[in-house]
Amino acid sequence: MKPRSSGSVIRLAAPLRALAQRFSFLLLVLASIALMMVGKIESVSVDSARARVTDAFAPILDAISRPAATAARVVESAVELENAFDENQRLKAENARLLQWRQAALRLEAENNSLRSLLRVRPEPAVNYIAARVIATPGSSFVRTLVVTAGRRDGVRKGQAALAGAGLVGRVIEVGEWSSRVLLLTDINARIPVILSNTRQRSILAGDNSDQAKLLYLPPDSPIQVGERVVTSGDGGLFPPGLPVGVVTAVSERGVRVLPSADLSRVEHLRLVDFGLPGTDLDSSPEWK
Amino acid sequence: MTATFWQKVDKTGRNLAPFAVTVMMVLVGMIPVPVPGYPSVAPNLTLVSVYYWTIHRPDLMRPGVAFLIGLLQDFLVGGPLGVNALLLVVAQWAVLNQRRVFLASTFALLWFGFTLVMAGAVLLQWLAFSVLDAAALSILPALFQGLLTVAVFPAVGWLLIRVHRAFLNG
Repeated sequence: MKPRSSGSVIRLAAPLRALAQRFSFLLLVLASIALMMVGKIESVSVDSARARVTDAFAPILDAISRPAATAARVVESAVELENAFDENQRLKAENARLLQWRQAALRLEAENNSLRSLLRVRPEPAVNYIAARVIATPGSSFVRTLVVTAGRRDGVRKGQAALAGAGLVGRVIEVGEWSSRVLLLTDINARIPVILSNTRQRSILAGDNSDQAKLLYLPPDSPIQVGERVVTSGDGGLFPPGLPVGVVTAVSERGVRVLPSADLSRVEHLRLVDFGLPGTDLDSSPEWK
Repeated sequence: MTATFWQKVDKTGRNLAPFAVTVMMVLVGMIPVPVPGYPSVAPNLTLVSVYYWTIHRPDLMRPGVAFLIGLLQDFLVGGPLGVNALLLVVAQWAVLNQRRVFLASTFALLWFGFTLVMAGAVLLQWLAFSVLDAAALSILPALFQGLLTVAVFPAVGWLLIRVHRAFLNG
């Protein structure tokens, strides 16, 4: 009798357990979908929670990203050693060219200063830079962000511009105590007010998760040419005007594509721009009233 | 024969190995590697780990554990919450249902099985992000990520077998 009853218990328990398992699966799927909704609606509190979690893991990410960075540097220096001669030739030529540009820049600066003093232009607010190391990339095909080792206690604020080497990289979207997250300008959610350097055409640079970004809201007959430089316009007062962003690489029916000046896939260090008071540049100043 | 306190602690610690290893995989998958184009196709090591442990130790890789790990990944990656959690829960469920097939099969078949799981993951991820961003995104980066993950599967699998033998045998 006993073995039979225990057998029936097992026979009864197995489907029950299966049911519980299936139920927990459904529950967790629903929880995931609910989280997606919550993330859309309650983005502020989700961001602060995210900043805390990122803060907690930042020391580990920092530690494990160091050997990778070192290995990359070793490989890179070996490659550089191989190309040292050619590189030296190239740099000498570039240096000669840059010295000419320096003369031009000095002359223009002096001229600019004298014209500014004539017009009594208000100087732009001083810009401070915060240096930070990149410790993590998302490892996802649909998200373009970086986690860096500088946070609130280093003076990082939400909305600051991030620069690396040749140009703009993105914008700070989330700040923890000692880490923060930068949304790259190629992410599908990135929108940056820019101006084209030659035509002075204002536009919005939008990412689409590819390596190049596109320009939005251009008038249909704007005379944009391939090779034109794109810089931040400073509209909205979030970014200082004139930060180099990229170069126009294609103009077609399907839109204008911009290649970022900074190599976004190999950013190791970046500078966050602490741009004094927001909105100071384009506010109508008292003198004009 | 009752286990002493320390034996219990030891056993609990060992049983945490799958969870700890998978969390480590989340973090290792986020290491910035300065190779052009790498960040968007970095292999999904987390999925490999969840796949392995679901087949070999389903008692230690329960749906709730997969959900928690996915949630952690969502927080760290910076994408919308819930996507990776959903992905890992569905993957865990799918693998658990076919576990007997996988357990009795050769490594090649295990690899093939992972290819199927990865294909499903690529599709699910693409669908979720397209809906959440309200845009038709390109599936190509995700596809390349899937291929790269399938390519590194043997190496990661070998590592997981080593961890499995070191912590959870006997």
